[in-house]
Amino acid sequence: MDTSRRTFLGVAAVTVAQGDLQMHTEPHIHEHSTVPSDTALRVKALESLLVEKGLVDPAALDALIDAFEHDVGPRNGARVVARAWVDPTYKARLLADAASAIAELGFTSHQGDHMLAVENTSNLHNLVVCTLCSCYPWPVLGLPPTWYKSSAYRSRAVIDPRGVLKELGLALPDDAEVRVWDSTAELRYIVLPERPSGTEHLSEEQLAGLVTRDSMIGVARVSAQAPGGKP
Amino acid sequence: MNGVHDMGGMQDMGPIKYEQNEPVFHEPWEGRVYAMNRAMGAWLKWNLDAWRFEIELLPPVDYLLMSYYEKWFVTLQGRVVKYGFVTKEELERGRATEGSTKTTPILTPSMALQMNRGIPSSHDDSIAPLFHLGQRVRARNIHPTGHTRLPRYARGKYGEIFRDHGVYSFPDTNSQYKGTARQHVYSVRFAGRELWGEHASPLDFVHLDMWDNYLEPA
Repeated sequence: MDTSRRTFLGVAAVTVAQGDLQMHTEPHIHEHSTVPSDTALRVKALESLLVEKGLVDPAALDALIDAFEHDVGPRNGARVVARAWVDPTYKARLLADAASAIAELGFTSHQGDHMLAVENTSNLHNLVVCTLCSCYPWPVLGLPPTWYKSSAYRSRAVIDPRGVLKELGLALPDDAEVRVWDSTAELRYIVLPERPSGTEHLSEEQLAGLVTRDSMIGVARVSAQAPGGKP
Repeated sequence: MNGVHDMGGMQDMGPIKYEQNEPVFHEPWEGRVYAMNRAMGAWLKWNLDAWRFEIELLPPVDYLLMSYYEKWFVTLQGRVVKYGFVTKEELERGRATEGSTKTTPILTPSMALQMNRGIPSSHDDSIAPLFHLGQRVRARNIHPTGHTRLPRYARGKYGEIFRDHGVYSFPDTNSQYKGTARQHVYSVRFAGRELWGEHASPLDFVHLDMWDNYLEPA
């Protein structure tokens, strides 16, 4: 397996290098899709080469990885949502100019400089997908989960959004509008979920603690109970 | 290009595999691949549209079988050769050729967190929109062989201009370095039944972001 896999990775790389469309006609056969044990080594080899040639600084790579593992993630989006719930003027700014309103809270960087916030109501449910690749609002939600990037989600979210939501545990009433946002351009979307009832006494910070990543993609509701397993 | 990446509306991709408490990166190498793509992108030798097209050019079987970051890795390997950063021999050997130039990394640790995407402002009064809010439009029935952001499932379908997002580079030309052809991008609202027929709920709508060049008056 390793040998065929290695060959295929090498061939694919050369294909890209040559921009060779003819490669499409050559068959590639793989037993399964698990990551080969040598991928880590091959990645390390590429990094060593790029570092040796002074093309990348490994400390910059560390900084990026650390940021996405620890700082940039759905907790940012949750703070945006909680602020919008407690401050109607902030909410109005968020819906009118999401990028600026999000920047007010300090969240600006890659993949989020053009943003649109879309609001769920009792009879309108918004759902975000990228059918063509994996577009996602990094500054407020971090990097996308695997299921969001999967063929299954990308393909069916537009043709059967209610079925997809049901599969992910969210049943919608038949009389609710479903609005799917296919991120085909450079706009990035964040769903402003409904504030659950029974949370009137909670502080902004406590509210942020309830907001999940999935609710900001539009595949879950926010529950008045602190989230369990789902992020 | 009518490729497998353009999968909106396909139905045979199986159940959605949801992972509880998913880590940001499943393996350390995934993080290195992500970060190397960002760091090499900072050289500004390629644009985002060209970057996306290279992933779309992977052979379809590979596209479906490879994990997300495998695609990022394989295309990065090809790209650093294609754009002249390393030679094919260096890539194969994993070592720089003796006497080859050593440069200084462009992405520093302090810059790493401040990068934006380099997408210019979408406000540009000098470029007039071709369509107006509420206007009924048809997505053109075209099949470009290069990179395009007009999904097959919307081609030939009728919708309505819902929002004007402002002015953006046109991916079809920008991906080939044939000009940015900046033009308006709109959120176009399509009824589920227009896209998928009578089995769709009358209350399903799909909004796609579409450039002027993808649209014609209905």
